[in-house]
Amino acid sequence: MDPPTFLIQCLNALQYGLLLFLVASGLTLIFGIMGVINLAHGSFYMIGAYLAFALAPIVGSAFGGGFFATLFLGVALAVVLGYLLEWAFFSFLYEREHLQQVLMTYGLILVLEELRSLIVGDDVHGVRAPAFLAGTIPLGELMTYPVYRLFISGVCLALALGMWFVFTRTRLGMMIRAGSTNREMVQSLGIDIKFLYRVVFAAGVAIAVLAGMVAAPASSVYPGMGNSVLILCFVVVVIGGIGSIRGALAASLLIGVVDTFGKVLLPQAAGVLVYMLMAMILVWRPEGLFKPG
Amino acid sequence: MMASAEVLLRGVELTRRWGGLVAVNRVTLELSRGAVHAVIGTNGAGKSTLIDLLSGEFPPSAGRVELLGRDVTSWSQARRARAGLGRSYQRSTIFPPFSVLENCRLAVQAQRQKPWTLWHDAYRDAATLRAAREAAAGVGLAALLDQPAGQLGHGQKRQLELALCLAIAPQVLLLDEPLAGMGAEETERMLGLLSALRPDHAILLVEHDMDAVFRVADRITVMVNGAVIASGAPAEVRANPEVRVAYLGTDDPPEGGAH
Amino acid sequence: MARFGKGKVAFTAVAFATLALWPLGAGPYGLDLVTKVMIYAVLALSLELLVGTTGLVCFGQSAFFGIGAYATVLLSKGGTPPLLVLASGAVLAAAAYALAVGALSLRTKGVYFIMVTLAFAQMAYSLVHDTPLGGGSDGIYLYRKPSLGTWIDLERPLTLCFVAFACLLGTFVFLALLLRSNFGRALAGIRINEQRMRATGFTTYHYQLAAFILSGAIAGLAGFLFAVKDGFVNPELLSWHLSGGVLIMIILGGLGHLRGAMVGAFAFVLLEELFQSEAVFGGFSRHWHLGLGLTIIGSVVLMPRGLVGLPEQWRERLAGRRLARAVARRRAPSDGTPAERGE
Repeated sequence: MDPPTFLIQCLNALQYGLLLFLVASGLTLIFGIMGVINLAHGSFYMIGAYLAFALAPIVGSAFGGGFFATLFLGVALAVVLGYLLEWAFFSFLYEREHLQQVLMTYGLILVLEELRSLIVGDDVHGVRAPAFLAGTIPLGELMTYPVYRLFISGVCLALALGMWFVFTRTRLGMMIRAGSTNREMVQSLGIDIKFLYRVVFAAGVAIAVLAGMVAAPASSVYPGMGNSVLILCFVVVVIGGIGSIRGALAASLLIGVVDTFGKVLLPQAAGVLVYMLMAMILVWRPEGLFKPG
Repeated sequence: MMASAEVLLRGVELTRRWGGLVAVNRVTLELSRGAVHAVIGTNGAGKSTLIDLLSGEFPPSAGRVELLGRDVTSWSQARRARAGLGRSYQRSTIFPPFSVLENCRLAVQAQRQKPWTLWHDAYRDAATLRAAREAAAGVGLAALLDQPAGQLGHGQKRQLELALCLAIAPQVLLLDEPLAGMGAEETERMLGLLSALRPDHAILLVEHDMDAVFRVADRITVMVNGAVIASGAPAEVRANPEVRVAYLGTDDPPEGGAH
Repeated sequence: MARFGKGKVAFTAVAFATLALWPLGAGPYGLDLVTKVMIYAVLALSLELLVGTTGLVCFGQSAFFGIGAYATVLLSKGGTPPLLVLASGAVLAAAAYALAVGALSLRTKGVYFIMVTLAFAQMAYSLVHDTPLGGGSDGIYLYRKPSLGTWIDLERPLTLCFVAFACLLGTFVFLALLLRSNFGRALAGIRINEQRMRATGFTTYHYQLAAFILSGAIAGLAGFLFAVKDGFVNPELLSWHLSGGVLIMIILGGLGHLRGAMVGAFAFVLLEELFQSEAVFGGFSRHWHLGLGLTIIGSVVLMPRGLVGLPEQWRERLAGRRLARAVARRRAPSDGTPAERGE
């Protein structure tokens, strides 16, 4: 592999890994803090992508275009959706067994899929990147790299830093971390744990939706995208350790590298490589690479 | 001090670290047949972790465990149990939906597992059933064999907890607060049971009830912050100034003689 | 644990009798349907062993089912394949994958286990979908259905139906015996309190792995039957939607009961047929997943003990109401109603 191709694959791996991290962090947060395994998390990613497709013309005609306006609107809708879903559905799952959580969120996937099918249809769509991000930058003499993919990496990185900041440097972050280790204590301190959970859940949904919206121009918008990303998120969590944001980041980047270079070097086995990686980690460290934190 | 006491279980320089915290710090102790060795200490002193290390719940960060003369440090908990190491838990770890009889029967089955006998009804094994009934009777639950274990009273659950430990015919007993939450009458019964078990077993007793400890223990080890600060005959321990300050307080020691 | 109560035995006997007699009166559609129900029942029983008995929530059962199906087709290349070779091949292939997956997955607990089993099933799906091994997304055809001797020719739907019935009955009896054996009692103990089992001297990992392999083998048998019934296999047999479907079957039917798995398989197939039926839902039948999703959610919330547990649930509710009425009546009549007393 010559240096420019290698660099391109590295950038691809980085983008893939960071995007996966963004989605997986929501999943691992919700489980780490509220103890709920949410199979429907991938559906939020899918909803984000379809939102990007559906909202663009609306924002275009109402506000005269605006990529960031679309993103903003999408995230706002996601927060509302997350808030309502937590209140109406997920709050009942907190004390239940994992099996029941799995089944109910699986049922939710089916419901969300069909709702999307009814509202937007089942077609595959492309979403165009905004003009100011649609160019390419040169790498070496012959190769170029799409600016939009760098933008995706940038957004994910910015959000990751934002999350780190909130968790380690703000009161809200402190309360969230405390709530995950000792629910009763936090409640007895007068902090409204229900509200806290609702905020965390809405944030998790918003992050997944945003990831889907941002990814839409790069990958196409298709019905099964939620499910494929969900399974990858599970692999991330198993490798990285549940409840650990650092673990999710390390695992996502690792998967990004394995998947990207795998597709180039061993195209036949590409789909299976990630699972083999998971199998190896299971042999070596069954609890995941990192402890919760 | 017992001469030529047969040492059945030995923990040597046992240490367990959780990240930066040292839960058990270079603890050495021995359990001999015919003796009750009590371990006392404040909450968080590492007593339960010590039992976990001895029973094999998780491996030590350093040190070793010897059971019946063999180094079992790398052995799993199940393997140690099959070799004669029984333990009871601080919080009753029983099978609530099963009857008292089934609880005991399962424990007995551990000694003669025979998992390949797929065609045979487990309840046709007369020997196992008999041993199970004996285990239940031994702790005073003979009248409640058909009762679902979850419906037992607290003291009865502690009795069942001990029965499950005894049903595997162990030579060493690790008992984690068996008297917890028991009334006076139940405590008497349990102490009587321990005295009856003493001659044939090596017993480790973690307890908070100081009266009971000083009545029944042949040897006492005191732990503070994961380390042993004193170990010896009850009279010595009671008189030890460090112990009195750290744990017993500076009040007069409880009455009652050691054996 | 209740031993074989008379009501349960009677129910099960009636169920099997119905299954045995149904094909004699049914047309080709009914025959295909009842065969499908019985195959799914075998699959559901395999998962019941894992989830209901041992407490291992596996979200990857479709992998063993699909591998059994694919093995059947792949082993039958050329000539009239002997039934026993195909069936054993399917069972062994599925069991082998179960051994590999189980050995690794059982190193994890709880939520991790659920995720890992799903991921390994997805790996099998990728293998079959993306590589030339499985004929890709188009699937492969079974050109000639197997036979044993001269009378058992599975080209004939009625024969296949009876073979499926025999497999279902055999699996049911096998599992019923297993559950009351030492091995089965140990599995139940592991489900209730794994820690105590370990402290008592059971190496729980071995028992769980054995249950996992057995479960995979039975699922492989169901896969064999399915491949023969349809004469066609495709990657969707390994999709996680089928894994989810099997979980739904055992929950819907009632977890912890063998007959629950059978009832659940029956109910699931019926619901599928219902929601997909254009006669009832017209054009909306395209979106049958919606009905299924709502049913799952509803059944988890409203029928926690499944269909098999409904009589008990109703009895309890009736008893609760009678008790409440008795308590109310025991209050002195002159005190007035609770509302009048300001409660």
